[in-house]
Amino acid sequence: MIVANKKPVGEIIEYVKDCNKILVLGCNECVTVCEAGGKKEVGVLASALRIYFANQGKDVAIAERTLERQCDHEYLEEIRDIADQYDAVVSLACGVGIQFTAEKYHSIPVYPGVNTCFMGATEQRGLWVERCQACGTCVLAYTGGICPISRCAKRILNGPCGGSSKGSCEINKEIPCAWQLIIDRLKALDRLDLYEKLFQIKDWSTDRAGGPRKVKREDVQI
Amino acid sequence: MRLTYPSSVKIVRVPCSGKVDVQHLLRAFEKGADGVYIVGCKEGECHYKYGNFRARKRVEQVQKILSDVGLEGERVQMYNLSSSDGPLFVKYAAEMDERIRKLGPNPIKARVKAKTRNQQAA
Repeated sequence: MIVANKKPVGEIIEYVKDCNKILVLGCNECVTVCEAGGKKEVGVLASALRIYFANQGKDVAIAERTLERQCDHEYLEEIRDIADQYDAVVSLACGVGIQFTAEKYHSIPVYPGVNTCFMGATEQRGLWVERCQACGTCVLAYTGGICPISRCAKRILNGPCGGSSKGSCEINKEIPCAWQLIIDRLKALDRLDLYEKLFQIKDWSTDRAGGPRKVKREDVQI
Repeated sequence: MRLTYPSSVKIVRVPCSGKVDVQHLLRAFEKGADGVYIVGCKEGECHYKYGNFRARKRVEQVQKILSDVGLEGERVQMYNLSSSDGPLFVKYAAEMDERIRKLGPNPIKARVKAKTRNQQAA
């Protein structure tokens, strides 16, 4: 899922301090799982903002709403009839949701309530780690399910570099060497033949470096 | 035990301090509470194992939020004691009462009261 982190309240206050009616809009998907932008976090932010504005002596109405997702037209339409009542929307969705909301409601400023960080998984409660960088050409079949693009600092494809030491990456002892993990996994799967094979030159045109990407599926478009 | 504690303290009973959520604490301040404190079991003695640890983490979260929005973080506190320790309960109640009196009333209380009065008049 997309992992995000709450923005400091002070930063959000800077965005909305001159507004009179604010909608705090959450998302029920990834940001709920990483405890940054779900219904609970919407409630906490709204409470904090109410206390702030009351303390400033201002009468500001703060509404709370959590949509199923903010990256689909149908869900964003649910606030069509109430959106223009507000001076600002603070969206706690990931960067995708914030932008989609802003595109759909272009007459109202939409401010981010979270910092979107990476695509990752929940290693344990309170700890989310990066696993995928959306390179567009997945090579996990050849590396025992461990990604050398996202987990290797150098994104190399044919084994560890000279800096791999005692199973750790040279940039930080706490980061495991991805290729060490791959070799160990392939050994356990008895597929070290995959390691021996040289990788084809990777098609990087599907990576971000080529500019914003899109996926088109003519078979599902009418 | 027939001990007395300050009448400024109002008790809300919960089955475990871990039941108290960040939103409960914040809502109390929104509605004009001067101070809120959670009294939980001693660490390591929670019947539900980690409830009192969760409560402490939530209190720390709210302390940070309050200081970010202009209220004093010390208005919310966490205490641990054994449920049979009456004298300690009284001591903490008196300590919290003293602390809040020093800090003064919740700055948004006057606004909250005026708003409620206007709503009732309307």
